[in-house]
Amino acid sequence: MLAARRRGDWLTSQFFFVMVASMFPLGIGPDPNTLRMIGPGVVWVSALLASLLSLPRLLAEDFRDGSLEQMLLTPQPAVLLALGKSLAHWLIYGVPLLLISPILGIQFSLPAEAIAILMLSLLIGTPILSLLGSVGAALTLGLRGSGVLLTLLILPLYVPVLIFGAGAVDAIMAGTSAESHLSLLGAILVSTLLVAPWIAAAALKVSIE
Amino acid sequence: MSESVATLSVHDLRCTRGDRELFSDMNFTLHGGEALLIQGGNGQGKTSLLRLLTGLAQPAYGEVRWRGEKLARTSETYHREMAYIGHLNGIKDDLTPIENLRLAAQLAGRTLDEAQAEEKLCQLGLGRCLDLPCRVLSFGQRRRVALSNLLCSNAPLWILDEPLTGLDVHGVALLENLLKSHVDQGGMAVLTTHQPLSLEGANIHALRVGGPAQ
Repeated sequence: MLAARRRGDWLTSQFFFVMVASMFPLGIGPDPNTLRMIGPGVVWVSALLASLLSLPRLLAEDFRDGSLEQMLLTPQPAVLLALGKSLAHWLIYGVPLLLISPILGIQFSLPAEAIAILMLSLLIGTPILSLLGSVGAALTLGLRGSGVLLTLLILPLYVPVLIFGAGAVDAIMAGTSAESHLSLLGAILVSTLLVAPWIAAAALKVSIE
Repeated sequence: MSESVATLSVHDLRCTRGDRELFSDMNFTLHGGEALLIQGGNGQGKTSLLRLLTGLAQPAYGEVRWRGEKLARTSETYHREMAYIGHLNGIKDDLTPIENLRLAAQLAGRTLDEAQAEEKLCQLGLGRCLDLPCRVLSFGQRRRVALSNLLCSNAPLWILDEPLTGLDVHGVALLENLLKSHVDQGGMAVLTTHQPLSLEGANIHALRVGGPAQ
């Protein structure tokens, strides 16, 4: 199922991630304290935007060449297809992003333990973005201007992830424990994992009709 | 109704697009060894009918049954025993024909080794482009890749929407032969086409969708 997704264009969202995150230090100025304060938030917002950039392509290509129809006609349940798509999205978008994030952390002069927490929060948070994103991508499939609609639909759903993800890093920098934020993030991951593939599968069936 | 006999039957089927009713009260039964040729003008609902038969779309009224069971209840078996080619070929442009066939087989839970895939592709006259990505193939060649996928599926029921578009004279003859041997071996086929198709000797029924063409 994942073999269908060998694309060269996934790099664009990684570059986008790095670019957006790098613009802030340039725009705000090189004061380490300010940078340290906004760092986690900026990295997280860039991660959200990068996921939005790569989402429309998740299903659109398959929809256009008809392979989506064929995949829906295989004996496998559509839920598995939706889950596979989310997993594929996370592998090409989330994992590389995770690997780049420490460098961005250094750029914002975050302390080492904050960078570790940043990576941990991204590790838990980015699969949520992929799962929620697959719902949005399935819903807006085949519509005109689906990119904008997708952004409007999905960004509000990303808000809790952003709050707890960036909050975890802020907490560790303020000297308190990040545990509560991370466990809430984990709880969101489990519940989206249970719900999102079903919604995405139902949305896919509607879109293909 | 016997469970084991492979039949596709349609009961009081009605199809609407928006407010417009395309057809209603459609009834037919298709047994093994029979082919159904669906005729009708543009926009009369041929493709809509085929999509209802595949289960990709839901009927406004009535039901489609496979082996006497409603599609919704038997979808897993049905999807294993049915192969569909629509207007779109459903092949990946970045993969070679062989990779495409193997990917499709994997998705359907079948195993297909390279030699088998190669054999089917050669059977459809694609022996020269086995290692080329499908992006560089012509429209007709891509159509042939999709058709060879049909052969690999071993499905008793074929549902083909305009299978002849883009095929050259040899391709059409090839497909006629494939259809004939498929039906002779007890398979079923439902297809739409505007082009004349010579299937002498095959047990073929015709069905007209919508009103007579203007």
